[in-house]
Amino acid sequence: MFAGTTMLFAVAAEAAGEAAHKGGLPQLNPHTFETQLFWLVVTFLALFFVMSKIALPRVGEVIEERRDRIKRDLDAAARLKDETDKALADYEKALADARSNASGIAKDTREKLAAETESERHRVDEQIAGKLRDADSRIAASKSKALSAIGDIANDTARAVVEKLIGQDVSSDDVKKVLRPVAGE
Amino acid sequence: MAAEGTGHHGPMEQFEIKKIIDLDLLGHDISFTNSSLMMVLAFAVIVGYMLFAMRGRALVPTRIQSTAEVVYEYIAGMVKENIGEEGMKFFPWVFTIFIFILVLNIFGLIPGNFAVTSHIIVTFALAAMVWLVATFVGFWKHGVSYLKLFAPSGVPLWLMPIIIPIELTSYLIRPISHSVRLFANIMAGHTMLEVFAGFAVLLPWWGKIAPTGFMVAFTGLELLVAFLQAFIFTVLTCIYLNDAVNMHH
Repeated sequence: MFAGTTMLFAVAAEAAGEAAHKGGLPQLNPHTFETQLFWLVVTFLALFFVMSKIALPRVGEVIEERRDRIKRDLDAAARLKDETDKALADYEKALADARSNASGIAKDTREKLAAETESERHRVDEQIAGKLRDADSRIAASKSKALSAIGDIANDTARAVVEKLIGQDVSSDDVKKVLRPVAGE
Repeated sequence: MAAEGTGHHGPMEQFEIKKIIDLDLLGHDISFTNSSLMMVLAFAVIVGYMLFAMRGRALVPTRIQSTAEVVYEYIAGMVKENIGEEGMKFFPWVFTIFIFILVLNIFGLIPGNFAVTSHIIVTFALAAMVWLVATFVGFWKHGVSYLKLFAPSGVPLWLMPIIIPIELTSYLIRPISHSVRLFANIMAGHTMLEVFAGFAVLLPWWGKIAPTGFMVAFTGLELLVAFLQAFIFTVLTCIYLNDAVNMHH
Protein backbone atom coordinates (compact mmCIF):
# COMPACT_ATOMS: atom_id res chain seq x y z
CA MET A 1 0.00 0.00 0.00
CA PHE A 2 2.73 2.36 1.05
CA ALA A 3 4.77 1.38 -1.94
CA GLY A 4 1.77 2.02 -4.17
CA THR A 5 1.25 5.51 -2.78
CA THR A 6 4.89 6.37 -3.22
CA MET A 7 4.75 5.06 -6.75
CA LEU A 8 1.67 7.20 -7.49
CA PHE A 9 3.53 10.34 -6.49
CA ALA A 10 6.57 9.29 -8.41
CA VAL A 11 4.64 8.67 -11.63
CA ALA A 12 2.65 11.88 -11.22
CA ALA A 13 5.82 13.87 -10.62
CA GLU A 14 7.45 12.26 -13.61
CA ALA A 15 4.44 13.05 -15.79
CA ALA A 16 4.52 16.67 -14.73
CA GLY A 17 8.27 16.78 -15.29
CA GLU A 18 7.99 15.24 -18.72
CA ALA A 19 5.19 17.61 -19.74
CA ALA A 20 7.25 20.56 -18.58
CA HIS A 21 10.28 19.19 -20.36
CA LYS A 22 8.50 18.90 -23.68
CA GLY A 23 6.99 22.35 -23.41
CA GLY A 24 3.65 21.76 -21.74
CA LEU A 25 0.64 19.64 -22.45
CA PRO A 26 0.25 18.32 -25.99
CA GLN A 27 -3.17 19.99 -25.92
CA LEU A 28 -1.53 23.39 -25.61
CA ASN A 29 0.85 22.99 -28.50
CA PRO A 30 -0.44 25.45 -31.10
CA HIS A 31 1.45 23.76 -33.94
CA THR A 32 -1.12 20.96 -33.97
CA PHE A 33 -4.15 23.28 -34.06
CA GLU A 34 -4.30 23.77 -37.82
CA THR A 35 -4.39 20.12 -38.71
CA GLN A 36 -6.92 19.29 -35.98
CA LEU A 37 -9.22 22.13 -37.03
CA PHE A 38 -8.91 21.24 -40.69
CA TRP A 39 -9.84 17.61 -40.19
CA LEU A 40 -12.55 18.49 -37.69
CA VAL A 41 -14.18 20.81 -40.21
CA VAL A 42 -13.87 18.27 -43.03
CA THR A 43 -15.22 15.29 -41.07
CA PHE A 44 -17.92 17.25 -39.26
CA LEU A 45 -19.23 18.84 -42.45
CA ALA A 46 -19.13 15.50 -44.27
CA LEU A 47 -20.95 13.82 -41.41
CA PHE A 48 -23.49 16.64 -41.19
CA PHE A 49 -24.11 16.38 -44.93
CA VAL A 50 -24.63 12.60 -44.90
CA MET A 51 -26.78 12.70 -41.76
CA SER A 52 -29.03 15.56 -42.84
CA LYS A 53 -29.38 14.56 -46.51
CA ILE A 54 -29.41 10.77 -46.39
CA ALA A 55 -29.41 8.98 -43.04
CA LEU A 56 -31.80 11.02 -40.89
CA PRO A 57 -34.52 11.48 -43.56
CA ARG A 58 -34.56 7.68 -43.92
CA VAL A 59 -35.09 7.18 -40.21
CA GLY A 60 -37.64 9.98 -40.09
CA GLU A 61 -39.54 8.53 -43.04
CA VAL A 62 -39.78 5.09 -41.49
CA ILE A 63 -40.93 6.46 -38.14
CA GLU A 64 -43.41 8.77 -39.84
CA GLU A 65 -44.75 5.96 -41.98
CA ARG A 66 -45.11 3.68 -38.99
CA ARG A 67 -46.91 6.41 -37.06
CA ASP A 68 -49.27 6.98 -40.02
CA ARG A 69 -49.85 3.29 -40.38
CA ILE A 70 -50.67 2.87 -36.71
CA LYS A 71 -52.92 5.91 -36.86
CA ARG A 72 -54.68 4.53 -39.93
CA ASP A 73 -55.15 1.18 -38.25
CA LEU A 74 -56.45 2.81 -35.11
CA ASP A 75 -58.82 4.96 -37.16
CA ALA A 76 -60.06 1.89 -38.99
CA ALA A 77 -60.54 0.09 -35.70
CA ALA A 78 -62.44 3.06 -34.31
CA ARG A 79 -64.61 3.19 -37.43
CA LEU A 80 -65.38 -0.52 -37.22
CA LYS A 81 -66.22 -0.14 -33.56
CA ASP A 82 -68.61 2.69 -34.40
CA GLU A 83 -70.25 0.52 -37.02
CA THR A 84 -70.57 -2.34 -34.59
CA ASP A 85 -72.05 -0.05 -31.99
CA LYS A 86 -74.52 1.26 -34.55
CA ALA A 87 -75.51 -2.25 -35.64
CA LEU A 88 -75.94 -3.24 -32.02
CA ALA A 89 -78.07 -0.16 -31.36
CA ASP A 90 -80.19 -0.95 -34.44
CA TYR A 91 -80.64 -4.53 -33.31
CA GLU A 92 -81.64 -3.43 -29.84
CA LYS A 93 -84.04 -0.87 -31.25
CA ALA A 94 -85.62 -3.52 -33.50
CA LEU A 95 -85.90 -5.82 -30.53
CA ALA A 96 -87.51 -3.11 -28.42
CA ASP A 97 -89.89 -2.25 -31.28
CA ALA A 98 -90.86 -5.88 -31.68
CA ARG A 99 -91.41 -6.13 -27.96
CA SER A 100 -93.63 -3.08 -27.79
CA ASN A 101 -95.44 -4.26 -30.95
CA ALA A 102 -96.09 -7.62 -29.37
CA SER A 103 -97.32 -6.13 -26.15
CA GLY A 104 -99.53 -3.77 -28.22
CA ILE A 105 -101.04 -6.71 -30.05
CA ALA A 106 -101.56 -8.55 -26.79
CA LYS A 107 -103.21 -5.52 -25.30
CA ASP A 108 -105.50 -5.06 -28.32
CA THR A 109 -106.44 -8.72 -28.25
CA ARG A 110 -107.12 -8.54 -24.57
CA GLU A 111 -109.27 -5.47 -25.04
CA LYS A 112 -111.12 -6.98 -27.99
CA LEU A 113 -111.78 -10.18 -26.09
CA ALA A 114 -112.91 -8.19 -23.09
CA ALA A 115 -115.26 -6.15 -25.28
CA GLU A 116 -116.65 -9.28 -26.88
CA THR A 117 -117.15 -10.94 -23.54
CA GLU A 118 -118.79 -7.80 -22.28
CA SER A 119 -121.22 -7.57 -25.22
CA GLU A 120 -121.94 -11.29 -24.98
CA ARG A 121 -122.67 -10.91 -21.29
CA HIS A 122 -124.81 -7.91 -22.08
CA ARG A 123 -126.72 -9.87 -24.67
CA VAL A 124 -127.24 -12.80 -22.31
CA ASP A 125 -128.30 -10.40 -19.56
CA GLU A 126 -130.75 -8.84 -21.95
CA GLN A 127 -132.06 -12.26 -22.88
CA ILE A 128 -132.44 -13.27 -19.27
CA ALA A 129 -134.12 -9.98 -18.48
CA GLY A 130 -136.56 -10.57 -21.40
CA LYS A 131 -137.30 -14.03 -20.19
CA LEU A 132 -137.82 -12.70 -16.67
CA ARG A 133 -140.22 -10.12 -18.02
CA ASP A 134 -142.16 -12.82 -19.91
CA ALA A 135 -142.23 -14.98 -16.84
CA ASP A 136 -143.36 -12.02 -14.73
CA SER A 137 -146.16 -11.20 -17.14
CA ARG A 138 -147.16 -14.84 -17.31
CA ILE A 139 -147.16 -15.01 -13.53
CA ALA A 140 -149.23 -11.82 -13.40
CA ALA A 141 -151.70 -13.22 -15.92
CA SER A 142 -151.96 -16.50 -14.02
CA LYS A 143 -152.36 -14.51 -10.82
CA SER A 144 -155.16 -12.32 -12.19
CA LYS A 145 -156.78 -15.40 -13.73
CA ALA A 146 -156.51 -17.14 -10.41
CA LEU A 147 -157.85 -14.08 -8.66
CA SER A 148 -160.85 -13.89 -11.02
CA ALA A 149 -161.38 -17.60 -10.48
CA ILE A 150 -161.40 -16.96 -6.75
CA GLY A 151 -164.32 -14.53 -7.34
CA ASP A 152 -166.32 -17.25 -9.15
CA ILE A 153 -165.47 -19.80 -6.44
CA ALA A 154 -166.53 -17.27 -3.82
CA ASN A 155 -169.82 -16.69 -5.73
CA ASP A 156 -170.48 -20.39 -6.04
CA THR A 157 -169.60 -20.96 -2.39
CA ALA A 158 -171.73 -17.99 -1.31
CA ARG A 159 -174.65 -19.26 -3.42
CA ALA A 160 -174.26 -22.72 -2.01
CA VAL A 161 -174.12 -21.33 1.57
CA VAL A 162 -177.15 -19.07 0.99
CA GLU A 163 -179.13 -21.94 -0.59
CA LYS A 164 -178.36 -24.15 2.39
CA LEU A 165 -179.28 -21.37 4.80
CA ILE A 166 -182.48 -20.17 3.23
CA GLY A 167 -183.30 -23.27 1.21
CA GLN A 168 -183.97 -21.16 -1.79
CA ASP A 169 -182.02 -21.05 -4.96
CA VAL A 170 -180.33 -17.74 -5.56
CA SER A 171 -179.27 -16.59 -8.97
CA SER A 172 -175.63 -16.23 -9.55
CA ASP A 173 -176.14 -12.64 -10.62
CA ASP A 174 -177.71 -11.68 -7.33
CA VAL A 175 -174.84 -13.22 -5.41
CA LYS A 176 -172.44 -11.36 -7.57
CA LYS A 177 -174.34 -8.11 -6.97
CA VAL A 178 -174.21 -8.60 -3.27
CA LEU A 179 -170.61 -9.71 -3.12
CA ARG A 180 -169.21 -7.00 -5.38
CA PRO A 181 -168.94 -4.34 -2.69
CA VAL A 182 -167.29 -6.89 -0.37
CA ALA A 183 -164.74 -7.83 -2.99
CA GLY A 184 -163.95 -4.11 -3.26
CA GLU A 185 -164.82 -3.90 -6.91
CA MET B 1 13.10 5.80 -12.20
CA ALA B 2 11.94 2.61 -13.81
CA ALA B 3 9.82 4.55 -16.29
CA GLU B 4 12.91 6.30 -17.60
CA GLY B 5 14.50 2.91 -18.04
CA THR B 6 11.79 1.87 -20.48
CA GLY B 7 12.32 5.13 -22.26
CA HIS B 8 8.79 6.66 -22.46
CA HIS B 9 5.15 6.46 -21.35
CA GLY B 10 4.23 9.37 -19.23
CA PRO B 11 0.47 9.62 -18.72
CA MET B 12 0.40 12.68 -21.00
CA GLU B 13 2.08 11.02 -23.94
CA GLN B 14 -1.23 9.53 -25.09
CA PHE B 15 -2.36 13.04 -25.99
CA GLU B 16 0.50 13.67 -28.43
CA ILE B 17 -0.57 14.41 -31.97
CA LYS B 18 1.40 12.09 -34.24
CA LYS B 19 1.64 12.68 -37.95
CA ILE B 20 0.81 9.76 -40.19
CA ILE B 21 0.95 11.52 -43.55
CA ASP B 22 2.57 14.92 -43.94
CA LEU B 23 0.22 17.26 -45.79
CA ASP B 24 0.47 20.93 -46.56
CA LEU B 25 -2.19 23.30 -47.89
CA LEU B 26 -1.01 26.75 -48.96
CA GLY B 27 1.54 26.80 -46.19
CA HIS B 28 -0.85 25.44 -43.61
CA ASP B 29 -0.10 22.16 -41.89
CA ILE B 30 -3.02 19.82 -42.53
CA SER B 31 -1.13 16.60 -41.94
CA PHE B 32 -3.15 13.42 -41.53
CA THR B 33 -2.54 12.53 -37.88
CA ASN B 34 -3.73 10.01 -35.30
CA SER B 35 -6.43 12.56 -34.46
CA SER B 36 -7.52 12.87 -38.10
CA LEU B 37 -7.58 9.08 -38.38
CA MET B 38 -9.99 8.83 -35.44
CA MET B 39 -12.25 11.52 -36.90
CA VAL B 40 -12.36 9.83 -40.29
CA LEU B 41 -12.98 6.46 -38.63
CA ALA B 42 -15.77 7.96 -36.55
CA PHE B 43 -17.31 9.42 -39.70
CA ALA B 44 -17.05 6.07 -41.48
CA VAL B 45 -18.47 4.09 -38.56
CA ILE B 46 -21.39 6.47 -37.99
CA VAL B 47 -22.32 6.62 -41.67
CA GLY B 48 -21.86 2.87 -42.05
CA TYR B 49 -23.93 2.17 -38.96
CA MET B 50 -26.79 4.49 -39.94
CA LEU B 51 -26.97 3.29 -43.52
CA PHE B 52 -26.63 -0.37 -42.54
CA ALA B 53 -29.21 -0.07 -39.79
CA MET B 54 -31.70 1.64 -42.12
CA ARG B 55 -30.99 -0.51 -45.18
CA GLY B 56 -34.33 -2.32 -44.90
CA ARG B 57 -36.35 0.72 -43.87
CA ALA B 58 -38.74 -1.82 -42.40
CA LEU B 59 -42.05 -0.91 -40.87
CA VAL B 60 -41.35 -3.56 -38.26
CA PRO B 61 -37.71 -2.75 -37.49
CA THR B 62 -34.87 -5.21 -37.18
CA ARG B 63 -32.86 -5.03 -33.98
CA ILE B 64 -30.17 -2.77 -35.41
CA GLN B 65 -32.78 -0.54 -37.05
CA SER B 66 -34.45 -0.14 -33.66
CA THR B 67 -31.20 1.13 -32.17
CA ALA B 68 -30.85 3.76 -34.89
CA GLU B 69 -34.47 4.78 -34.33
CA VAL B 70 -33.91 4.97 -30.57
CA VAL B 71 -30.98 7.37 -31.03
CA TYR B 72 -33.02 9.40 -33.52
CA GLU B 73 -36.06 9.64 -31.26
CA TYR B 74 -33.87 10.36 -28.26
CA ILE B 75 -32.24 13.39 -29.83
CA ALA B 76 -35.48 14.48 -31.52
CA GLY B 77 -37.18 14.32 -28.12
CA MET B 78 -34.39 16.37 -26.58
CA VAL B 79 -34.67 19.03 -29.29
CA LYS B 80 -38.48 19.22 -29.05
CA GLU B 81 -38.42 19.29 -25.27
CA ASN B 82 -35.86 22.10 -25.09
CA ILE B 83 -36.66 24.23 -28.13
CA GLY B 84 -40.10 23.10 -29.23
CA GLU B 85 -41.38 22.04 -32.63
CA GLU B 86 -39.55 24.96 -34.26
CA GLY B 87 -36.27 23.51 -33.04
CA MET B 88 -36.63 20.53 -35.38
CA LYS B 89 -35.02 22.72 -38.08
CA PHE B 90 -31.78 22.25 -36.14
CA PHE B 91 -32.29 18.56 -35.48
CA PRO B 92 -29.83 17.16 -38.08
CA TRP B 93 -27.16 19.51 -36.83
CA VAL B 94 -27.76 18.67 -33.14
CA PHE B 95 -27.88 14.97 -34.01
CA THR B 96 -24.54 15.24 -35.83
CA ILE B 97 -22.95 16.98 -32.84
CA PHE B 98 -24.23 14.32 -30.44
CA ILE B 99 -23.30 11.24 -32.39
CA PHE B 100 -19.92 12.62 -33.48
CA ILE B 101 -18.87 13.47 -29.92
CA LEU B 102 -20.31 10.23 -28.54
CA VAL B 103 -18.46 8.05 -31.03
CA LEU B 104 -15.21 10.00 -30.65
CA ASN B 105 -15.45 9.66 -26.85
CA ILE B 106 -16.08 5.92 -27.03
CA PHE B 107 -13.36 5.39 -29.66
CA GLY B 108 -10.92 7.13 -27.34
CA LEU B 109 -11.58 4.50 -24.70
CA ILE B 110 -10.41 1.62 -26.86
CA PRO B 111 -6.83 0.92 -25.73
CA GLY B 112 -4.29 2.32 -28.15
CA ASN B 113 -6.76 4.73 -29.71
CA PHE B 114 -6.45 8.47 -29.60
CA ALA B 115 -9.12 10.54 -27.81
CA VAL B 116 -9.93 13.38 -30.20
CA THR B 117 -12.19 15.10 -27.66
CA SER B 118 -9.34 15.29 -25.14
CA HIS B 119 -8.00 18.25 -27.12
CA ILE B 120 -9.30 21.66 -26.15
CA ILE B 121 -8.95 22.99 -29.68
CA VAL B 122 -11.44 20.42 -30.97
CA THR B 123 -14.00 20.88 -28.21
CA PHE B 124 -13.56 24.64 -28.37
CA ALA B 125 -14.15 24.66 -32.12
CA LEU B 126 -17.36 22.70 -31.64
CA ALA B 127 -18.50 24.94 -28.77
CA ALA B 128 -17.63 28.05 -30.76
CA MET B 129 -19.67 26.75 -33.68
CA VAL B 130 -22.65 26.23 -31.35
CA TRP B 131 -22.20 29.68 -29.85
CA LEU B 132 -21.89 31.37 -33.23
CA VAL B 133 -24.91 29.57 -34.66
CA ALA B 134 -27.02 30.35 -31.57
CA THR B 135 -25.99 34.00 -31.57
CA PHE B 136 -26.58 34.33 -35.30
CA VAL B 137 -30.03 32.69 -35.00
CA GLY B 138 -30.85 34.95 -32.07
CA PHE B 139 -30.10 38.17 -33.92
CA TRP B 140 -31.56 36.90 -37.19
CA LYS B 141 -34.84 35.97 -35.50
CA HIS B 142 -35.19 38.81 -32.99
CA GLY B 143 -32.96 41.56 -34.37
CA VAL B 144 -31.58 43.98 -31.82
CA SER B 145 -34.18 42.90 -29.27
CA TYR B 146 -32.14 39.71 -28.84
CA LEU B 147 -30.06 41.89 -26.50
CA LYS B 148 -33.03 41.81 -24.10
CA LEU B 149 -31.73 38.35 -23.23
CA PHE B 150 -29.23 40.17 -21.00
CA ALA B 151 -31.94 42.17 -19.21
CA PRO B 152 -34.44 39.57 -18.03
CA SER B 153 -37.96 40.87 -17.51
CA GLY B 154 -39.25 40.98 -13.95
CA VAL B 155 -35.93 42.08 -12.50
CA PRO B 156 -36.13 45.36 -10.54
CA LEU B 157 -34.52 48.29 -12.32
CA TRP B 158 -31.93 48.94 -9.62
CA LEU B 159 -30.64 45.40 -10.07
CA MET B 160 -30.03 45.91 -13.80
CA PRO B 161 -26.51 47.37 -13.42
CA ILE B 162 -25.55 44.13 -11.67
CA ILE B 163 -27.64 41.68 -13.70
CA ILE B 164 -26.67 42.87 -17.17
CA PRO B 165 -22.89 42.44 -16.75
CA ILE B 166 -23.46 39.04 -15.12
CA GLU B 167 -25.74 37.89 -17.94
CA LEU B 168 -23.42 39.28 -20.58
CA THR B 169 -20.37 37.61 -19.06
CA SER B 170 -22.13 34.29 -18.67
CA TYR B 171 -23.23 34.49 -22.31
CA LEU B 172 -19.76 35.37 -23.60
CA ILE B 173 -18.12 32.67 -21.49
CA ARG B 174 -20.43 29.96 -22.82
CA PRO B 175 -18.07 28.60 -25.51
CA ILE B 176 -15.33 28.27 -22.89
CA SER B 177 -17.39 26.52 -20.21
CA HIS B 178 -19.07 24.44 -22.91
CA SER B 179 -15.76 23.22 -24.36
CA VAL B 180 -13.67 22.91 -21.20
CA ARG B 181 -16.28 20.65 -19.57
CA LEU B 182 -15.95 18.07 -22.33
CA PHE B 183 -12.21 18.38 -22.84
CA ALA B 184 -11.35 18.28 -19.10
CA ASN B 185 -13.57 15.27 -18.40
CA ILE B 186 -12.10 13.21 -21.22
CA MET B 187 -8.53 14.26 -20.52
CA ALA B 188 -8.81 13.62 -16.75
CA GLY B 189 -10.32 10.19 -17.29
CA HIS B 190 -7.66 9.15 -19.77
CA THR B 191 -4.88 10.47 -17.56
CA MET B 192 -6.20 8.48 -14.60
CA LEU B 193 -6.38 5.33 -16.70
CA GLU B 194 -2.82 5.84 -17.93
CA VAL B 195 -1.48 6.53 -14.44
CA PHE B 196 -2.97 3.31 -13.11
CA ALA B 197 -1.83 1.40 -16.17
CA GLY B 198 1.63 2.71 -15.31
CA PHE B 199 1.33 1.18 -11.82
CA ALA B 200 0.19 -2.11 -13.24
CA VAL B 201 3.32 -2.20 -15.42
CA LEU B 202 5.78 -1.06 -12.77
CA LEU B 203 4.67 -2.97 -9.70
CA PRO B 204 5.64 -6.60 -8.96
CA TRP B 205 2.95 -9.17 -9.73
CA TRP B 206 1.20 -8.93 -6.34
CA GLY B 207 0.93 -5.21 -6.80
CA LYS B 208 -0.62 -5.39 -10.27
CA ILE B 209 -3.93 -6.77 -9.08
CA ALA B 210 -5.32 -3.65 -7.43
CA PRO B 211 -4.52 -1.12 -10.20
CA THR B 212 -5.71 -3.54 -12.89
CA GLY B 213 -9.00 -4.11 -11.08
CA PHE B 214 -9.35 -0.40 -10.61
CA MET B 215 -8.75 0.18 -14.32
CA VAL B 216 -11.47 -2.28 -15.26
CA ALA B 217 -13.95 -0.53 -12.99
CA PHE B 218 -12.76 2.89 -14.06
CA THR B 219 -13.11 2.01 -17.74
CA GLY B 220 -16.75 1.25 -17.02
CA LEU B 221 -17.10 4.63 -15.38
CA GLU B 222 -15.36 6.29 -18.32
CA LEU B 223 -17.84 4.68 -20.68
CA LEU B 224 -20.57 6.38 -18.69
CA VAL B 225 -18.63 9.66 -18.80
CA ALA B 226 -18.18 9.29 -22.57
CA PHE B 227 -21.95 9.11 -23.00
CA LEU B 228 -22.74 11.65 -20.31
CA GLN B 229 -20.39 14.30 -21.71
CA ALA B 230 -21.77 13.86 -25.23
CA PHE B 231 -25.24 14.15 -23.72
CA ILE B 232 -24.39 17.27 -21.69
CA PHE B 233 -22.73 18.94 -24.66
CA THR B 234 -25.86 18.27 -26.74
CA VAL B 235 -28.31 19.39 -24.06
CA LEU B 236 -26.39 22.64 -23.62
CA THR B 237 -26.47 23.11 -27.39
CA CYS B 238 -30.26 22.77 -27.23
CA ILE B 239 -30.51 25.17 -24.29
CA TYR B 240 -28.41 27.80 -26.07
CA LEU B 241 -30.51 27.36 -29.20
CA ASN B 242 -33.66 27.71 -27.13
CA ASP B 243 -32.40 31.06 -25.84
CA ALA B 244 -31.85 32.11 -29.43
CA VAL B 245 -35.15 30.80 -30.82
CA ASN B 246 -37.57 31.52 -27.99
CA MET B 247 -35.66 33.98 -25.78
CA HIS B 248 -37.05 32.17 -22.75
CA HIS B 249 -34.81 32.71 -19.85
